[in-house]
Amino acid sequence: MSSFDHNPIVEMKGIEKHFGPVIALNGVSFDVRPGECHCLLGDNGAGKSTFIKTMSGVHKPTRGEILFEGRPMSFDSPRDAMEAGIATVYQDLAMIPLMSVTRNFWMGREPTKSVGPIRFIDFQKANSTTMEEMRKMGINLRSPDQAVGTLSGGERQTVAIARAVHFGAKVLILDEPTSALGVRQTANVLSTIDKVRDKGIGVVFITHNVRHAMAVGDRFTVLNRGKTLGTAQRGQITPEELQDMMAGGQEMVALEGSLGGTV
Amino acid sequence: MSDTGQGAANAPAADERIKETSGLRKALIRPELGAIVGTIAVFAFFLVFAGDSGMFNAQGILNWSTVSAQFMIIAVGACMLMIAGEFDLSVGSMIGFAGMAIAIFSVTWGWPVWIAIVVTFAICVAIGAINGWIVVRTGLPSFIVTLAFLFILRGFTIYFPQVIERRTIIGGIDDAAVGDWLAPVFGGKIGGPLFVWLADLGVIDVFSRGNRVGEPVVDGIPMLIVWALVLVFIAHFILTRTKFGNWIFAAGGDAQAARYVGVPVNRVKILMFMFTAFCACVFATCQVMEFGSAGADRGLLKEFEAIIAVVIGGALLTGGYGSVVGAALGALIFGVVQQGLFFAGVESSLFRVFLGVILLFAVILNTYIRRIITGER
Repeated sequence: MSSFDHNPIVEMKGIEKHFGPVIALNGVSFDVRPGECHCLLGDNGAGKSTFIKTMSGVHKPTRGEILFEGRPMSFDSPRDAMEAGIATVYQDLAMIPLMSVTRNFWMGREPTKSVGPIRFIDFQKANSTTMEEMRKMGINLRSPDQAVGTLSGGERQTVAIARAVHFGAKVLILDEPTSALGVRQTANVLSTIDKVRDKGIGVVFITHNVRHAMAVGDRFTVLNRGKTLGTAQRGQITPEELQDMMAGGQEMVALEGSLGGTV
Repeated sequence: MSDTGQGAANAPAADERIKETSGLRKALIRPELGAIVGTIAVFAFFLVFAGDSGMFNAQGILNWSTVSAQFMIIAVGACMLMIAGEFDLSVGSMIGFAGMAIAIFSVTWGWPVWIAIVVTFAICVAIGAINGWIVVRTGLPSFIVTLAFLFILRGFTIYFPQVIERRTIIGGIDDAAVGDWLAPVFGGKIGGPLFVWLADLGVIDVFSRGNRVGEPVVDGIPMLIVWALVLVFIAHFILTRTKFGNWIFAAGGDAQAARYVGVPVNRVKILMFMFTAFCACVFATCQVMEFGSAGADRGLLKEFEAIIAVVIGGALLTGGYGSVVGAALGALIFGVVQQGLFFAGVESSLFRVFLGVILLFAVILNTYIRRIITGER
C-alpha cells in the first residue's frame, strides 16, 4: 500500500476527554494517512462519538495532542476543522430531507453571483455541479431539485460524501455510514469509500460491523472503554480477533459457538 | 424547492430505473398549490354569490385588498419565521404595543411623529431579538417563550396608557402627523392622479353627492397595500434566491445538520424573530396612521390569523418548508372571505367557522404533501 509512504494528515496522540467526573476518552491514539481507509471499530459506548467530535472540532480534548499535517492544531469549532479539510458525515444528520439535493449539497457554501448590489444563488452552476458530482459517485439524479427525502439512505450518505469531497476534504470522517442500511445500499456506500480513497483522501470509517470494516479497511483500530487497543494492518488480523477485541475479550467466546461466528 | 428549476435542462438522459412521476404529484409538491386552488375557489364562490353586491367594483376591490394586505404583512413575517422552525405568538400583542408606543411618544410626550415611529421600530425589533435570543439560548420551544411575551406586551399595552393618560385609547395621532415626512409612508396613499384619470375615463365611479362630489370614489392605493406587496416580494426573493434564504430553510429543516455544515443557525433564527417583529410594527404603524388612534386591544388574535394564513400557504408547522407567495395567497383568501361574507350578506361570525375549517383542511393536506416529499415515511 502506497499510503504508508506518506506522513499522516491527522495524528492524535494520547487524547483524553473528561466530562465532569466521566472519563469518555482515556488515552486514544489514532492517525490517518492520505489515500487510506482507517477503520475505527468499537461497540456502543466505547467512546466513538466523543472521539469523532474531538477530531472534528466539536469538543476540545482535556489532554493529548492533535497534529494536522505535522503541526499541532487546536480547532475552536467544527467550522475551523472543516476549513482545514476535516469533513465529517454524520449518520442521521447528513442531509435535510425536505430540501432539494442542490440546496443540501451547497448548504452553508452557496455559490453566488451578483447583479448590481444584489447577490443571489447561482442555481445554474449549483445544479450542474451537483449533477456532475453525483454522476461521478455513480448516482443519476432525476433532477437537482429532487428533495433529498426521495433518496435512499445510501444515496443520502453518498450525497454527503460527494459534498465533502467537492469542497476539498483531506480527511473524511464517516460516522457509522452503513449501520442503518440494507445490503445493496451498504455495498454502494462501501464502493463510494473506495472511490474517495483513490482520490488520495484519508477516510476514517467508524463502524461496529467487522465485515463492513474488513471489506474496505486498510488499517483497523479498536476502541474499547475509552482506550485504543492498538492498530492492525490489513492481513495481519482476522475478523474474529477484531470482534473479540471490540467486545472486550472473553465474553464473546462462549457465544461464538452457537452463533457460528457471523455476528 | 419550487424555484430551482433552471438546471433541469442539464439533466442527463432519463434513468430507466426511476418511474416517471405524474404531473399532478409534481404539482402537489409545490407548497403554494393548496393556496392557489383555494384562492381560485374563493373568488369563484364570491363572483357567483356576491358578484352584483359591489364587491368587485373599485371600492369593493379596495376594501378587501386592504384587509388582505393587513393579513399579508404579518403573514410574511410569520412565514419566514415558521420556515426557520419557530413561532411567534406575541405578534398580536406586539401590534397593540407598537401602536400604543407611537401614540404615547407622539401625542402624550409630543415627540415628532417620525421620531416616535423610528424609536418604536427600534424597540419592537429589539424585543423580537430578545424573543429569539431566549429561544436559541435556552432551547425552549418558541411557543412558550413567545406566549410569555404575548402576556407581557399586552399587559404593558394596557398598563402604560392607563398610568400615563388614565385611559386605554389614545387619539389625536392624525393631528400630530400633519406635515410629518415619515407618517405618509405608512398612512398615505399613492397613485392619486392615476385614479383621477381613470375616473375621467369613466372606468371608476365618482362621488355624486356630498362634499367630495366629482372626486373618484377611490383616490389612491393605501401605503398598507404597497408595504404588503413590497414585503412579499423581498421576502420571497430572499427565501428562494439567496444564500440567506437557503440558511432559513436549513435552520428550520434540521438545525443540527445545518450547524454541522457551518450555517449560523442561531443568527438566522434571531434575525427571523426580528423580522417578524418588524412586520408587526409595520402593521401597527399603518393601522395607527389610518385610525388616528391607538387602542390597548388592537391586534388581538392576529398571531393566530397570521399562522393560519401561513399554514394555508403550504408551510409546515415543523419548519423547513413553505412559501411566502403561498402565505400571501392565504392572507388574500382571508381578506376576500372576511369581506365577501359581508358583501354577500352573511352573518360575519361565520368567518371564524370558516377559519377553523380551512385550517384543518390545510394541515391535513400539508401532512400528506410532506409524506410525498420525504418518500412516504
